[in-house]
Amino acid sequence: MNRNPPQLHISTSPFVTEGSTTGNLMRQVIYALIPVLIAALWFFGITALLVVGAACLGAMGTEWLLRDKQTPNTLPDGSALLTGLLLGLTLPPAIPLWMAALGGFIAIALGKVIWGGLGSNLFNPALLGRAFLQAAFPEAMTTWVAPGKSFFSLYPTTLAPPLFKADVTVDSFSSATPLGMIKFDEQLTALDHLLIGNIGGSLGETSAGLLVICGLVLAFRKVFDWRAPLATLLSVVACSFLLSWIFGTPEPGFMLLSGGLLFGAVFMVTDPVTTPITPKGQWIFGLGLGFLIVVIRIYGGLPECVMFTILFMNALTPLINRHTQPRPFGG
Amino acid sequence: MENLAYIFFSALLINNFTLSYFLGLCPFFGVSGRLDTALRMGAANIFVMTITSICAWALNTWVLPHAPYLRLICFIFVIAGTVQLTEMLIKKLSPVLFKALGIFLPLITTNCAILGLAIFQTNRDYGFLEGLVFALGAGGGLTLALVIMAGIRRENELASVPDLVKGTAMNFFIAGILSLAFMGFAGLFATT
Repeated sequence: MNRNPPQLHISTSPFVTEGSTTGNLMRQVIYALIPVLIAALWFFGITALLVVGAACLGAMGTEWLLRDKQTPNTLPDGSALLTGLLLGLTLPPAIPLWMAALGGFIAIALGKVIWGGLGSNLFNPALLGRAFLQAAFPEAMTTWVAPGKSFFSLYPTTLAPPLFKADVTVDSFSSATPLGMIKFDEQLTALDHLLIGNIGGSLGETSAGLLVICGLVLAFRKVFDWRAPLATLLSVVACSFLLSWIFGTPEPGFMLLSGGLLFGAVFMVTDPVTTPITPKGQWIFGLGLGFLIVVIRIYGGLPECVMFTILFMNALTPLINRHTQPRPFGG
Repeated sequence: MENLAYIFFSALLINNFTLSYFLGLCPFFGVSGRLDTALRMGAANIFVMTITSICAWALNTWVLPHAPYLRLICFIFVIAGTVQLTEMLIKKLSPVLFKALGIFLPLITTNCAILGLAIFQTNRDYGFLEGLVFALGAGGGLTLALVIMAGIRRENELASVPDLVKGTAMNFFIAGILSLAFMGFAGLFATT
């Protein structure tokens, strides 16, 4: 009688998993971004959707074009979609659509593919795409508009053809962000406007209250580690409190709610790939980030600096990881 | 005093020699493979830059007013000579320090960053103290760039970088991205 030999399956731990995969994690963050996207639609009309769509298209198209033929397709796990969403939501509303798509291309190509794919990149891809756009098109990237135009109307720059100079004077519809106002005109925006978000700024960063809620939901669902964002916010509050106490600079409440800080703290600082992996390292990352943000906002030339400071701290991350590596007991 | 602080931070972060002027790229790419060599190269850089600053100041004060057309050649010769002499002196007096800086001293003496420092210092009419602070900031900035680069490259070694960009191309990409990140410091303390 020919019997199959008994089979012994041997595997290593973990034996009990919660079914958490890359795609799963990415989808949870994408769900958290949907309310932010709806708020952007509410404030800036249909252009918000167009800009975010162009950025997503650029990012996902690049991911598909530059995929490694040997490895499984990474498009379904949603990481490219998430990068595109994050990039689109950090762009100013009146940016030409081709620039948004180009930003998506740079984010994936320079931010992820050349580093060896998802998990190997040391800089946040979405922020890298935005930093590239900021360096290449400083005018388009600093043209902010106030919310509250009719839903279906487009800005004159939205459909500008690639590489041509749009022949519209941006002054006709532009307005400053709260940080720009206080930096260049010494004009303070009321905190309730900052909380609700009917102010000038990038698409997704205006509504501080919504971002806090999204962040809390993600933190309680343990999608990200709460240490780095909390350390960032604490550090901003502490530094701006100290400076406002001594030099009369803007108070912590304004610092906390304005600009890209909350969007960065909730969606960028929590990127598991580009921030330190040790708890101590995350505290260092957050504290350093908050300090730099406050210093550059008050003394620097670019008040919307959260992007650059996060990229700078990303650059320090390998060093932070090395120095906070826990020693094995007795080692 | 405020002026000195501005000179220091400007050379350290805002106008970082490597990442915003693109000077001294050879040591930046050459020895950023390991963290300890990067640190030692940075220390040697600070050392040579300090000597350069003193030399340039002395030349500008006593020699060059009489012969302005000799500026470049004077800088190169005097700086190289002084560094060589100092190297011999260190070798005799402190073998430990020589072991640490050792090979790097003659290597960077003729680097563009060193000559750049001397020329910037001359063009901006820095005095002795200002020049010294400028040299410390610039050397510190180079060290910072080297150390960050070393950390990133070490991490990147383990990644499966596509064959197309492996090696030097990847290092240039990293340097460009770092340069982007340093753009955020533009205009820092400009009003003070």
